[in-house]
Parts: sequence; structure tokens; C-alpha cells
Amino acid sequence: MTIRFDKLGVVIAAIVAYAAFAAPFATFRANRIVPGEARSILEALPAMLGPLLLAVIVVAAVVALLKTPLILRLAASVVALAALALLIGVAGSFLTPEGNSFARISPASGFWLLIFAFTLLLADVLTRLNLSPWARIGVLVVAAAAIGMLLVSGSWNSLSILKEYANRADSFWAEGSKHVTLALGSLAAAVIAGLPLGILCHRVEKLRAGVLNVLNIIQTIPSIALFGLLIAPLGWVATHVPGAASLGIRGIGTAPAFVALFLYSLLPVVANTVVGLAGVPRAANDAARGMGMTDRQRLFGVEFPLAFPVILTGIRIVLVQNIGLATIAALIGGGGFGVFVFQGVGQTAMDLVLLGAVPTVALAFAAAIILDAVIEMTSTRRPEAQPA
Amino acid sequence: MIEIEGITKRYDATTVVDDVSMVIEPRTIAVIVGTSGSGKTTLLRMINRLVEPTAGVIRLDGADNRSLPGYELRRSIGYAIQGHGLFPHRTVAQNIATVPVLLGWDAARIKRRVDELMTLYQLDPQAFGPRYPHELSGGQQQRVGVARALAAEPNVLLMDEPFGALDPIIRNKAQEDLLAIQKRFGTTIILVTHDMEEAVHMGDKIAVMDAGKLVQYAKPAEILAKPASAFVETLVGASEKPFRLLSLGRVRDAVETGTAEGEAIPGDASQRDALAELLWSGRPALPVKGADGKPLGRVTVDGLVKRAASPA
Repeated sequence: MTIRFDKLGVVIAAIVAYAAFAAPFATFRANRIVPGEARSILEALPAMLGPLLLAVIVVAAVVALLKTPLILRLAASVVALAALALLIGVAGSFLTPEGNSFARISPASGFWLLIFAFTLLLADVLTRLNLSPWARIGVLVVAAAAIGMLLVSGSWNSLSILKEYANRADSFWAEGSKHVTLALGSLAAAVIAGLPLGILCHRVEKLRAGVLNVLNIIQTIPSIALFGLLIAPLGWVATHVPGAASLGIRGIGTAPAFVALFLYSLLPVVANTVVGLAGVPRAANDAARGMGMTDRQRLFGVEFPLAFPVILTGIRIVLVQNIGLATIAALIGGGGFGVFVFQGVGQTAMDLVLLGAVPTVALAFAAAIILDAVIEMTSTRRPEAQPA
Repeated sequence: MIEIEGITKRYDATTVVDDVSMVIEPRTIAVIVGTSGSGKTTLLRMINRLVEPTAGVIRLDGADNRSLPGYELRRSIGYAIQGHGLFPHRTVAQNIATVPVLLGWDAARIKRRVDELMTLYQLDPQAFGPRYPHELSGGQQQRVGVARALAAEPNVLLMDEPFGALDPIIRNKAQEDLLAIQKRFGTTIILVTHDMEEAVHMGDKIAVMDAGKLVQYAKPAEILAKPASAFVETLVGASEKPFRLLSLGRVRDAVETGTAEGEAIPGDASQRDALAELLWSGRPALPVKGADGKPLGRVTVDGLVKRAASPA
């Protein structure tokens, strides 16, 4: 029997080999800002668990390396990820000296690389399984629930990032909701303004180039510069327009962050609306007019439904982009997860940076999966498409 | 009756349709033929006001077509185009129901009409109604397109190269279906095409357009026999003329008394088909049978050749 290798599996196995045997699994620090000391898997885990984890990882890597059935690859990736998730918590409590509340244990590069490698394997398996949109959302919900359960169970509480969280639990949720409000609110505003603008650009050809160019230029302004540029005009509005200040409009804070995110969101929304409407088959449009639809009936009955998947793609871009960009809002007092990132950078406390960065990445990732699924559901309207 | 009077359409300096006048009798098929850029499509689109004329009047049954808002006018006129223009996001049944829904028919009446049309077009309403256009073959899509155009029982049906995207075999079938349905509903049809063969086959009258002008408007036989200009002559195709002329006539009109050997040809077949059969089989005569299968007589090569000669 010849042994055949999986192409992606070779990459995964190489990453795993380096991460498991050469890179540190966890970092031990005497307090939260001093440089850490590396701990390998065998050093970071109690007697039996270290070799056990290594065994699981090696077996999973071999499964990935060879051409194996999808179901086996799925099992290998899930088991490896679950083992890593559980045992990093164990490493946390194992490495923390008895009664010491200053010591910090954080996952190190080896752990992250292992997570990356097996997530890659899982993502590859899920792509090859060609799951229906509902099934993909289902997988997301299961993954979120598993992570949620680990968080609630307290098995990760000895890890540094959760110690940072424990110190800031209240502000974490406040900043989190501010982050989501900023990202979703500016998206909603951009959709409300961008759709009509896109329709207008589609109908009036003379406007199209001008509007899209202006939005393109806005898109190229670095975000920090845009925040800065907005301070003066919004400050002027706050002092000169009655009632503006009481609405929370000021040169710094949430208002300029909101406006900047809104401006960044406009281009994808407007451009995709224009492209989507332009992609409506000419014959369908002609038939719609020829059969006596009014302009409004044609817009809502034919053009919009047909352009919808493309417009949704624009909205997906904006949502993921906004969740990331909203981090910068903290720079000008706009709040959001960025607050922890910048505090962490200021204190050279990487765990605090992670407390801001990890939820941001997770949110963006989840938003992308959900919207991709929605886009697929709206664009393939096959009656026999089986619900998962 | 459709009366087109002095219709002109200009875009800036270019005149696309130049002072065209013609009358289309009710319950007939008028075919507008021309090369691309001859203004035939623009002329068609001015009838339901997808294009507004620069000058001239179009009357439908005596009423100026500008007496209604454009969209209301268009709901009363069937419209079928090349590549069918079905809405990809709506099912076959929803597509056919488009105009009845716009007109606010009640659901039961719409369903009845959709089922009737689908049955007429040999599409099982149960099987095809819930499907989407991309799940149908080209010929089925075209049938749905015409069924949709006929849904609100229009008196007038405008068709812009409706069979242009079909392969020859399916196109023939689609043409026969349309002729049958036109007979059944008595719809007045105006059909635009660049295919003279289709024009001769389908048209009660043929309008030949060239560079925006109506060059000749006459019965097919007359167009073939007496082309009004060199352009019409080219369009007809000099070498094709006798065969086109024969394709207009039915075998039963060319029957002579007597008998012949071999398989009988039906009286409904075209004289062109009969001649082709005679030439191919190398026989001088063929027996002819009626619709009931009884012998009617025979057709001969000599007789058909005389009929193919120029009437002048």
C-alpha cells in the first residue's frame, strides 16, 4: 500500500511539529509586566497530561498529513482543539504557585500555532464537506457555546487574560456594547444613506463617477488622520449648532468615531449597490418595463431582489471592517474594545491587549460567517435546497 | 386595429425611425423585417411607449396610445423579447402571473389563468410552476416568456426576435405553437425579426424596414414576387425566392388528379416540403392524403416548378 500525503496536511504537520516540540506552550511571569519564561508542553502540564496531550497532537497531525477520510480529519481536529482548550486551563492552574495572585500564566506561541494549525484543518474539512448555510451557522453556534461553557466553568480562570478580565469585568461589557453599537450603528447609518445614494448613482450616470471617486478618496485616508480631521468641524458644530452638544456631538469621543466609521462604510455600500443594480440582466429589466411595472415596482420587485446578494456582500465587508476599525475609536475617547488594547500597549501588558483584541477578532469572524451564510441563502433560491 | 401614422424617432441628429405609416389589421400577424440598425425594434417599442416618438401618432383600436399613462398602456399589451427576460428570482408560475398581479386580479383567477397557459404550452403546472427559470431548458424558458406575455389576455402582442436564441428545431416548434395560439385567441401580433424565412412563414403581412424607413409593407407573396427595391430583393435572397414562394402554399392547393406510387404526403404540408421530397426521392409524382387519411390526388414536380416561377 502506498502512503499518500495531503498537500495542506504537510503544512499543518510542519506547523504542529515546530509548535509542539520547539516553541513554548505557556509563558510564566512573576507579575503582569515583567518578561516571561517559556514552558514547554511537558513542563507546563502535570505528570500524565503532558505526554497525553503530545500523543493526541501527534496522532491528529498524522491524520492531517496523510490522505484520510473527511470524518476522521474532522474528529482529529475537534479532539485536538478541545484537548488544547481544556489543557491550557490546566496549565494555568498547574503553573501558578500556591496562593500567588501576582503570577501570570499566558498561552505562548506554541499554543497559538497549534490552535492555528488545527483550526486550519477544521476549516479545510468544513469547506470540503460543503455545508449548507444553516449547517455553517450551526457549527458556529456549537463552537461559540463550547467556548462559552469553558469560560463560565472557570477552567480558564487561572490564565492571565481572564485575570485581566476579572479586574475589569464591568468596563469590559460596557466597552463591548459600545464597540458593537459603534460598528452596527455606523453600518446602519451607512446602509440608510448608502442605498439611496447607490440607486441614485445607478440611475443618474453623471453622478456615478463623481460620487464613487469622492468615496474612494475618503477610503484612502488613514483612519487616525480621519479622526483628527473630524475634530475641528465637529467641535465647531458642537459649539455653534444649538442642541448638538446635548446630543453628544463633540470634537472627540463617540461622535467623530461614528462619523468616521460611517464615511468608511459608505464606499462598499454605495459601490456594491451600483454594481449589484448594474448586474441585473438587461432583458429582465426590459421585460419588467414592457409588462407595465412602474419605476418603483421595478426597483423593489426586480432590481433590488436581484442585486440583493451583491449589496449584502458590501454590507458584509462593512461589518467586518467596522468591527475591526472601531478598535481605533478608543484613541479619541470613543470607547470600545480598543480601550483595552491601548491601555495594554501603554502598560506593556500584552494580556490586556489580548483582552481587547481577542473579542474583536471573534466578533468579526462570527459576523463574516453569519453574513456569508445569509448571502448564500439569498443568492441560491432553489426550492429543493435542503434546510440543515 | 393598430394605426401607425407618420411616426418618427430622432436621437439628437440621427433619425432612427423616419416617418413610418402602416395599418395592422386585427387578428393578424404583422412581421417587421430589417437588418440590425434599421429601426425595427424602435418602431415596435414605440407602440407600447417604451420609446416615446418624436413625431406622429399610434392608435390602438382608434384610441391614441398616449391617452393612458405608459405603464397602464403596457399592462394591456403583451410583450415578449429575445432571451425571454424571465425574472430569475421568481418561479415560473410567479413569472407568468406578473401582469395579472399588477392588474390586481384575485388569486383564484390568477391561478386559473396560469394553469391554463402552462397546460396550453405543455408545461405541467404542478411540476413546472414552482421551478425557477434557470432550471428550464431554452425552449421551455421561451414558452414561459410567451405565456407570461399572454397572461392578461391582451388583444395585442409585441414580440422582439422572440425565437432568436433558439436552435432551429425548437424554433420551428415555437413558431408553430405561436401560430396555433394566435388562431385560438385571435391576438394581433407584431413580430420583429431579421430572418426573412421566419417572416414569410409567420406573417400575414411583412413590413420591410431599411435605415429607419418603411420600404415595403405587403403580403408575403407580393414581397417575394414584386420586391419594391433592390434592398428588399437582397433581403429576400434572389436564389431563395422560388423556394420561399413554395413554402407559402399548401400541398392541397397544388393537387392534380391521378395517382402515384409511394408514401402519401399530407395535404397540410408546404409545397416546398413536397418538392424537396420529390427531388430527394427522384420520383416525378407523390400521392397526397387529406387530414382523414383519404387520398386527394397527387403532386408532380412539373406542377410545383410552375408554381415556383415568378408570377409576373
